[in-house]
This record gives sequence, C-alpha cells and structure tokens, in this order.
Amino acid sequence: MARFVMEFERPLAELEEKLAELKRLDIAATIQLSDEIAGLEREIDKLRDTLYAALSPWEKVQVSRHPERPKTQDYVEMLFDDVIELHGDRTFGDDEAIMIALATLDGRRCMVIGHRKGKNTKENIKRNFGSPHPEGFRKARRAMKMAEKFNLPVVSLIDTQGAFPGLEAEQRGQAWVIAENLATLASLRTPVVAVGIGEGGSGGALAIGFGDRLIMLENAYYSVITPEACASIIFKDATRAPEAAPCLAMTADDLMRLGIADEIVREPLGGAHRDPAIVYASVARAITSALDELCGKDIDDVLAKRYDRLAMTGVFSEGE
Amino acid sequence: MPISDWFKAREVRKYTSTSADMPGELPDGVWVKCPSCKHTLYQGDLDRAGDVCLHCGHHFDIDAPRRIAMLADEGTFQETEAGLTSVDPLRFKAAKPYTGSLEKARALSGLPEAIVTGRALVGGHPVMLGVMDFRFIAASMGSAVGEKIARAFRLAGQEQRAVIMVTRSGGARMQEGMLSLMQMAKTAAETERFARQGLPYISVLANPTMGGVTASFAVLADVIYAEPGALIGFAGQRIIEQTIRQSLPKNFRTAEYFEEYGMIDAVVPRGELHSTIALTLDYLAGPGVPNASEGAACPTGLDGGEL
Repeated sequence: MARFVMEFERPLAELEEKLAELKRLDIAATIQLSDEIAGLEREIDKLRDTLYAALSPWEKVQVSRHPERPKTQDYVEMLFDDVIELHGDRTFGDDEAIMIALATLDGRRCMVIGHRKGKNTKENIKRNFGSPHPEGFRKARRAMKMAEKFNLPVVSLIDTQGAFPGLEAEQRGQAWVIAENLATLASLRTPVVAVGIGEGGSGGALAIGFGDRLIMLENAYYSVITPEACASIIFKDATRAPEAAPCLAMTADDLMRLGIADEIVREPLGGAHRDPAIVYASVARAITSALDELCGKDIDDVLAKRYDRLAMTGVFSEGE
Repeated sequence: MPISDWFKAREVRKYTSTSADMPGELPDGVWVKCPSCKHTLYQGDLDRAGDVCLHCGHHFDIDAPRRIAMLADEGTFQETEAGLTSVDPLRFKAAKPYTGSLEKARALSGLPEAIVTGRALVGGHPVMLGVMDFRFIAASMGSAVGEKIARAFRLAGQEQRAVIMVTRSGGARMQEGMLSLMQMAKTAAETERFARQGLPYISVLANPTMGGVTASFAVLADVIYAEPGALIGFAGQRIIEQTIRQSLPKNFRTAEYFEEYGMIDAVVPRGELHSTIALTLDYLAGPGVPNASEGAACPTGLDGGEL
C-alpha cells in the first residue's frame, strides 16, 4: 500500500521512490548498482533525520492529521481488554464521532471516552470526521456520570478538529452541551486522565479533554482555534494556516511551557503512524502511571487539585 | 470560536452610526438611523428609550458603562478588580501584534479590560454584576476576562450575593492561544462551585454572544434571559455557511430562535430587564430564605475539598 505522503515529506518520498526503482533494476538487470544504492540510502537517512528532527508547528499539524495515525478505536483495541462499547445519548441518537466504552487497562477497569475519526472516507462520513454534534457530547457526559457513579476512572482520548459547525448542531444547542460537559468534568468525582492523541480543536476538544492530567503525544496539537480558521480571520485567507500555526502556541511543547500539559509521549521519527506499536506501549505506560497515582488518592484532594489547576491557568497583570 | 469579520463590520457600522461617516444628510450626533427599520431617530429620544428603536423595537448595541447604569440600582455599583488586565503571554504577532490591539481597545473603550465586574444592588438584592464590552477586542475571553469572572463568582460566594452576567462576545481570545481556551473550563468550574452554595446566577445574553463564552459560563446560569434580536451561538456564521454550503434561515440563532428551541428561558426587552431580574431574584434569593439550600450553610470560600 502506498503510504500517504505529507507535503513536507515530498523530497524524502521522491528519494525513496528512486531507491525502490534502483533496487528493482538491481535485481532485474545484471548491472551492479550497489554503490548507487548505498549512496542513496545514506542520503535518505540524512534527509530523514533533518526533516523530522525539528518539525514546525504546521508540520506537526499535518502529522496529527495523518490518515494512518492511530485513532481512538485503535488505542481502545490495542491498549484495553474486555471492551464493552456503549451507545447513544438517551435523548436524540448515537453520535459515532464520540466513542464511549467500558474497558480494562492493565487490570484496571476504566471508562474510555474519545473522539472517533474514521480510517477511510466511508467511515469518516459516518463519524462526521470526528466532529461531534450535541448528541455526541451528551453521550460523553452520560459516560462521565456513569464513571462517577461506579468509581471508574475516566480516560479521555482527544482527536477532533472541533465541534461540528452545522445548522442542526447549533439548533440543538452545541454551546449548551459543551458548557455542561465542562462543568461536569470540572466537578466529576472520579479521576480523569486526558490524552491528546491527534487533533485538539477548540471547545469540541475541551468538552471531553481536561481533567487531572493532560498527556500529549509529541505531534498532537491542542488549540483555541484551528490554524485554518485563525488564518481566515487574521489574514482573511485560510491557506495561510502555516503562518498562523506558530502563533497559537498549540504544540505539546508549548502546552508544557504554559503549564497546561503534564507530560509528552515521544513518537517515532516521522510520527506515530511509522511505528504504532511503540506508541501504544508508551501511551499505556503514561496512562497507567497517571492512574496509579490518582486512584490511590482521596477523591476530595484530587478534585481540589483539579480546581486549583484550572483556577491557576491564565497569565494577566494585577496592576499596581 | 473567535469573532468573524461579519461582526466587526456590524460593529463598525453601529459605533459610527452617529458620526459624520454616515452617508450624508444627518448632522453629527443628533440624529440616528435605525439599521432595522431605517427610521430616523432623535438621539435624545433614543437615549431615553434605552437605545431601543421607538418605531420597530430594534435593540441597539450598548457599551458596558451604559448597561451597568441601566441594570444596577442607582448609585450602587462598585467596581471590583479594575486593575486586572490582559498581558501578551504568547507575544502574539500574526498580522497585527496583540499588544497593539490591546492598546487600541483601551483607547476606544476607555476600559482596562473587556469585562467590567462589581458589587451592586438590583431591586435591592446584593449581586455581583459582570458586563462585557464588545468594543474591547470583540469582548473576547482571554486570561484576564476569565480571571475577573472567576473572582466575581468567588466573591459573590463569599459575600452571599447573586451573580448577574451580561454577555456579549466573539468567543475565546485567540491571541492568548490555549490559555484562553482553558478559561472556558475555568469559568465553568466556578459556576459549578458557585451553584453548590445555593445562590442564584442569572445570565443575560446580549448581541452577540458567541463561541467560547456561550459554550461556558454564559449558558450555565439558573435562568438565561436574552435581549430581542441578539445573535447567540457557538460556531461563526461564515464557518457554518462554508461547512454546510447553504444559506442560513433569516432568524437563525437569534434570541427568539433559541427561545423557540427551548435553550433559553425568555426573551426580555431591554426596558424590562431590570424589573425582570429583580423579580427573578425575589424568587431565587428572596428575603427570608436567602440560604434555602443546604450548600449555603458551608463556610464560603473554604470548601476547597468539596468542589
């Protein structure tokens, strides 16, 4: 299968194609190409190192959107055992852009809540590209309340461009359900560990995406607004998103610097899709150690800390 | 979502409506044309009518000081946290630097920040009043706005006051990035905490209330009122049109629209807001039963473990 090539990877992809071609010739023909092949391999290694060594914020956004990047359903399948997926918001419908499931991580029973993108166009249409409607957020809230009732810690997996900006979504109170989820998460009497696995677009991400810990994958982003929407406001031109991205302080490193994220999970060179198995293992370790710490504590202390975390977030001047 | 150009254009139109920029005929500051029914109104009459058109009832946008004068019992408003202001934590510089936008907003509005908070009486009830001012970077919510809201709720809890928030906003302040998104969670957490004390919170959604402000403290009130014609919603109008590729119904996301869909309690004309809020408080914070709920018995401000 041809790998999906991101814009900034093109020079590397071209070299890799050339190498494959040389290898084909080398096998088919009698000509000795081993020197050329070795040279090209060295060149590719060098380029790969420089290309991926320090990705710009916009390049990270592309990695975070890579179609082969592990998605919520992959993490649920690979990290958790005895999974029971639950459905519906008990009010309107079952929004597939949100996945909720009872699941067991390393022997610990949890409630998993995640934005769910599709793996192909057909799935993406069904799941609205991971952009929930109000019923999706209500479904998530139902899962939060259930987790609270049965003392299950919540593991939330963040991967959305945002809440769906549509007519019916607004009609059914998109703003209201997001606000309710924020209030619910802020006061939920069970530990909440949020993991940014891909895209973290604005209020639709936040509506399931904060708690006692925020773990960010190295190339995941979390932003007040997508770079495209930001560019269309400030430059009147969405195609200038690459310029907007660095201004928004949206990378995992930025979030650590701002004190919003607690931990970064490193990804293989080039992104999580290059070697998902390594990523699953590190994410599992990060979640488990956060839960080990939180689940042993008195829930009142956990909540007091969660409140303090929020109360302390912000940079302003107190005047004279 | 931050404010779209659409709002900006609208705003410019409104705040220049009494100036010489108006096409022709009208002398400076004396006559105003209603943008809705096009009637020409005498400024003095409009002032007396609370900036509501005498012909069609169109509600002109008003700034925070004027709103406070209309809502608080006369002479009772005492500003709090006036010195709490925005800084530029990200050194945001796309297109125009954030520091420049802040300076301009301060000069234009004469206010230090996009929300004014303070103690007041409304119909004799002690309240904390918060009023957003759209002239200040579209009253977007950054760290300072979020902090002022959080402190208003905390102080109201400590002093056993109701909270009244009059919202107008384009949403989160994107120039502060994630710090500003987190203000949504922060203000939501404060409303939740405040609610546990059994004290009433009433919000008034004025034109326009959008994005991260709608989707946080604004709609978490016990009672939600909105002004006639106010635009209310989450996503920007243009983004929705681009996404669904169809034009939106004429009354889409107005106060009346959300009243019909059951998302707000009532559309209240500006002239009746003060009396309506006062009466609502008579019920929810009425004399004789100020601490009706069990939560109110807790020592306020010290119940950290209880959130």
